[in-house]
Order: sequence, then structure tokens, then C-alpha cells
Amino acid sequence: MLQLEGVSKRFDQRVVLDDIGFTIAQGRMTGFVGGNGAGKTTTMRIILGVLEADAGSVTLHGRQLTAADRRRFGYMPEERGLYPKMRVREQLVYLARLHGWDAPAAHTNATELIERLGLGERADDAVETLSLGNQQRAQIAAALVHRPEVLVLDEPFSGLDPMAVETVQAVLHEYAAGGVPVLFSSHQLDIVERLCDDLVVIAGGRIRAAGPREELRAQHTAPVWELVVDDPSWVKDWLGDTGSVVAADGPAVQVEAPDDVRRRLLTEAATRGSVHAWRQVRPTLAEIFREVVR
Amino acid sequence: MSATSTSPSAPPATQGERGFTGTVWLVALREITTRLRSKAFLWTSGLLVAVAAAGVVVPNLIGGDPDPVKVAVVGQSPVELAALEDGQGHAYFDVEGDPVDRSAAEEMLREEEVDGALVFGEDGSVTVVGLREPPDRAVEAFSTVPAVEVIDPSARDPQVLYFVSMAFGLLFFLVAMTFGTQIAQSVVEEKQTRIVEILLATVSARALLAGKILGNCLLAIGQVVAISVAALVGLAVTGQQIGLSDLGAPILWFVAFFIVGFAMVAALFAAFASLISRAEDIGSATTPVTTLVMIPYMLSFVIAGNETWTRILAWVPFSSPTTMPTHVYAGEAHWWEPIGALLVLAATTVVIVLVGERIYRNSLLRIGAKVPLREALKRARD
Repeated sequence: MLQLEGVSKRFDQRVVLDDIGFTIAQGRMTGFVGGNGAGKTTTMRIILGVLEADAGSVTLHGRQLTAADRRRFGYMPEERGLYPKMRVREQLVYLARLHGWDAPAAHTNATELIERLGLGERADDAVETLSLGNQQRAQIAAALVHRPEVLVLDEPFSGLDPMAVETVQAVLHEYAAGGVPVLFSSHQLDIVERLCDDLVVIAGGRIRAAGPREELRAQHTAPVWELVVDDPSWVKDWLGDTGSVVAADGPAVQVEAPDDVRRRLLTEAATRGSVHAWRQVRPTLAEIFREVVR
Repeated sequence: MSATSTSPSAPPATQGERGFTGTVWLVALREITTRLRSKAFLWTSGLLVAVAAAGVVVPNLIGGDPDPVKVAVVGQSPVELAALEDGQGHAYFDVEGDPVDRSAAEEMLREEEVDGALVFGEDGSVTVVGLREPPDRAVEAFSTVPAVEVIDPSARDPQVLYFVSMAFGLLFFLVAMTFGTQIAQSVVEEKQTRIVEILLATVSARALLAGKILGNCLLAIGQVVAISVAALVGLAVTGQQIGLSDLGAPILWFVAFFIVGFAMVAALFAAFASLISRAEDIGSATTPVTTLVMIPYMLSFVIAGNETWTRILAWVPFSSPTTMPTHVYAGEAHWWEPIGALLVLAATTVVIVLVGERIYRNSLLRIGAKVPLREALKRARD
């Protein structure tokens, strides 16, 4: 488990991180969301030791992180980059060796990953000759080639085509399933919603929400239900002042009302005609996000 | 799909701790292989070696052996002219045809069929006739050379000394500039392509910088050796008079000074290059370093032969790599002078490498506008 506690960072007079803390649990995918300039990249750089925090601590399994620990981290920075003139495989081997692997093992790792990410045919081409999508795959390979024990990925999905998004999602899931804590940030909230187990929302250098995704969703779910019938025009009058219609759109109405009223409403709808749908309205991640950063 | 079957979290049995030296060596090896793979680098290196060889051989071919002078002969020579040779065994004369009379000889001179005429009198006298000026080689043949003694045979010929000092200066200048620029490019490339963030998340800025300096230093030494070998082979082939034994000690000192001096220059190049983020800015950003390298090179011409100035510059860290070996070659250095100057240079290098490393470390992640030098130094305090 990777834990941040009381981490603060300022550049000159500007406070970028203000006493932030959250945990990245073993074997769980933690989504890290926040607007531009919210402090995501700075947080990740501090976890990786690329930047030093002014205050606070980053611990792994309760121990202060050392440089040796960090060598077993996999990192994909927001600003992408590999040596343009180096060949893909050669570059991956080099990076794995910098992380402490010996040459033959580094070679095996690199080759496996290249195949896995569908770069097999381009393995011995210079990075600069690859298409943008393939360069992104190579970049992801660079973060994984030393079989990291913790993964920190800044916007791993940006610039990927839908096929590559699928591949990368699958690879990250494998890592998480293997017990690796995975932290990833993304602007694509739909991907985060689909992929993450836990969620950390940051805004203005402060953590606004953190915890398991479903818990957060439950916290932000109002008792609003959606009813879809042929003609819902009677619902508003039927409710009177026992409840209210939150939204109406064609055959669908969203209703906020106590439990027993809702139950009677459903019975009423069923006697009046066929009920096409009856479900609780769950906020999307984007809605939760908007709410917590407001 | 074997990657999926292996649990990624399984403790990797083969991942060991790579120490500082191991990391430095890895970085250095990458620098070297990248450079050796660059066609531009191979071409310029080849060119430098060729120029060095040509620089030694060509002047020798042009200024080389004296050609025999073409003469017409009037009268009967008491000796076999074609057999007359100078001390080095080179013939003096190339006799044109049979003896002619004086007016015919003058006509041949005017037509420039010959370069001179030799008129032998009945009384055994000889007159050398030229067209506009006397044919020196012919005059030489009939001159008597006085006995010569040299009381300080070990003192260096000023011209040779000048040549040697220029050679050291040029070599240091060229190689330091070439590989200094390589380091600057390598630093900026890592910043520009942003890979530096991945690297810094893996290894320390110090290891990265040390690896770069080491790799380029090895390449630079390789090039110095290649150039020296080319020059020495050139000397051997053309039989020049600067003996190897005379140059042995100065060359060894040069190599020692070069290694330390280059580390200093390299650290400076890396530090100044780390302030910028675009390859286009390398030229302007490294101007302070190039100036520091260029000044001693220029000075080596100005002060050649001036013993006091040579002695002073032989101690100054930036000029000592080129001036001290010359000073040793001139035979004017005390035995402890090169050692002392080397220590001074090494101390300066340590300080500069440490300061350079600070600048480098503090600027690497600041991508965009040029980092002001003062900030790069100041931020080092925290």
C-alpha cells in the first residue's frame, strides 16, 4: 500500500499541493482526476521522487520510500518521450537495465512486452519512425518493462486509438490483479469510471474526495428514480406534494420521493400501461466530479 | 502471451541493485553506441584524422626535397656536375644538353628553358649566371660551408615549438568543442524529448551526468588517440625531424591534462545546455563555455615563445591542458610544475563539476523558457 500524508509543495509563492493525503491500495486501480493545474502531475512527480515535497511523507507498506524502492516503480510521465533515434527494443532493454535488470532478463522482458502490446513488427525500428499510436504503446512498454511493483501513470490513455485503449486497459488490469497498486490519471472520465476501483479527486491542490468508487457514488446518489412509460404526463399530478419530478424527457421522468411513495407510483404505472424501465438514477463520474470540485 | 502468465508482482529474481558505478557505465555505453551509430559523427571523425595526417604529410611533400636546378653549361666543367650531391644526398644539377657557348646559354635563360647557366673559364674559374636573380641552389653547390658548432643542442627550434604548441592547442580546442557540443546535444535531446523525467525517476541526476561525461570522455580520448596515431604515422612516413622521444613526455602530459580538462569542459557544457529546452538554442546557451575554451586556444598563438606568459598560462586551469605540455616540451618546466598544475586543474574540475551538477539537476525538469542561471544555482540550496 502506498500512502501519501500531509504532502505540500509550493513553487516560489504559489501553493501547488496543500496538505494532501490518500492511499493507493494493493491490487486496486486508483483513478486520479482533476482539472488542469489541479496538482496531479506534481503529486505523481513527488511519489516518484522526481520532485521533493516541502512537507509530508510518502510511504510504502508503512516505510519511508527509498531510491531503491522507487527503482521498482513504473512511471509514465504526462510529457511523453523516448530517445527518437533508438530502436524500440534496444530502448526498452536500456531502461530495464537502468532499473537494475541484467541484460538477458531485460531482453526477455522487453520482447514479451513488445509482443503483448502489438509492436512486434516494429521492435527493431527507431522510435521516431513509429506512428503516434505506436509511440504511445512504446511509452507504456517503457513504464512496464522492469516489471514494476507500483505503477504511476499520468494520462496513460491520451493519444491512444480505441484498440490500444483496450490493450492497455487489459494490461493494467493484469498488473492490478497481480497485487500491484496502480495510480493513473485521466481526463477521459468515462475510462476512469469503467476502469478504477478507487477514486481520488483533486482540485486547487487539495484532495476533494477519495475512496472506493462505489462508495463515492453512493454518497453522491440522491434518491432519484427514473420511470419510463408510454405517457408519463400524469405523474406530476399524481405525486402532488408527496414528491417531485426532477426532470422529464419524452417517455422518461425522474422522480424524487420517499420509499413508500415510489413503491405506490410503480404500482400505479403498471396498472396504467406497460412500464419500460424503472431504475435508480446514478450520477456519472463527470457529475460527481463537477459536484465535488465546485 | 507469456507476459500474462507471469505474475507481474512476483519478486523479480534477476532485478538486482545496480550501484552508482554500474549506472554510470550503462549511461556512458549508451552515449558511446549512439555516437558511433551516427553517420555524421563517423564522417567528421574520419575527416579530422585525415586532416591530421594530411597536415603532417602535405607540407613535407611541398617543401620536401630540394629539386636539382636545371642548368646550361658553357665551357668544360672540371667535375662531373650530375654527380654533385648535397649533404642529404640530393643532386644539385640537372644539366641541359651538351656544353654551349655563352650567348646560346643566355638565350636559353631568357627563354626559361633553364634556371641558370654555369660558365667555366679557362683559368678554372666558375660564374653562375641567372636571369633576374641568382639560382640559389647553383650558388650553394659552389659555396664552402664553414664548420658549425651548436652549444645548446637541446634548445627547441622556435618554429618547431610554435608548431607543437599550435598542435596541442588545436587538438584540445577541436576535440573539446566537438564532444562538448555532443554532450550539450545529448542533454538537450533528453529534455526536448522529455525522456529525462523517466530517467530521473530511475537514476540520479548525478549518475546521468557522470555517465554522459564518462562516455564522451572515452570517445574524445579515442579520437585524440586516432588523431595522434595518424599524425605520428605521417611523421614516420615522411621522416620528419621531430623525434618521438622528444614528444613522448609532453604527449603523456597532454593526455593527462586533457582527461581532467575535458571533464571540466564537459560539465560546463552539460550545465549550460540543461538551462534550455530546444536544440536550436544550444549555440547561444553554450557561448560562455565555447569562449572559455577558445580564449586559451587563441592565446597559445599570441604567447608562443614568451616564456613568462607560457609559464603563467601553464598554471591557469583553462589554458593549462594545452600550455603545460608545450612548456614541458620547451624544456623550461621544473619537474613539479606539470604535477602542480594538474592538481590545480583537478581541484578546479571538482568544483566546476559539483556546481555544474547543481545547475543540471535543478534545470532538467524545467521545460520551456530558458532557466536563468542565477535561479538554477539558487534553487540548489533547498
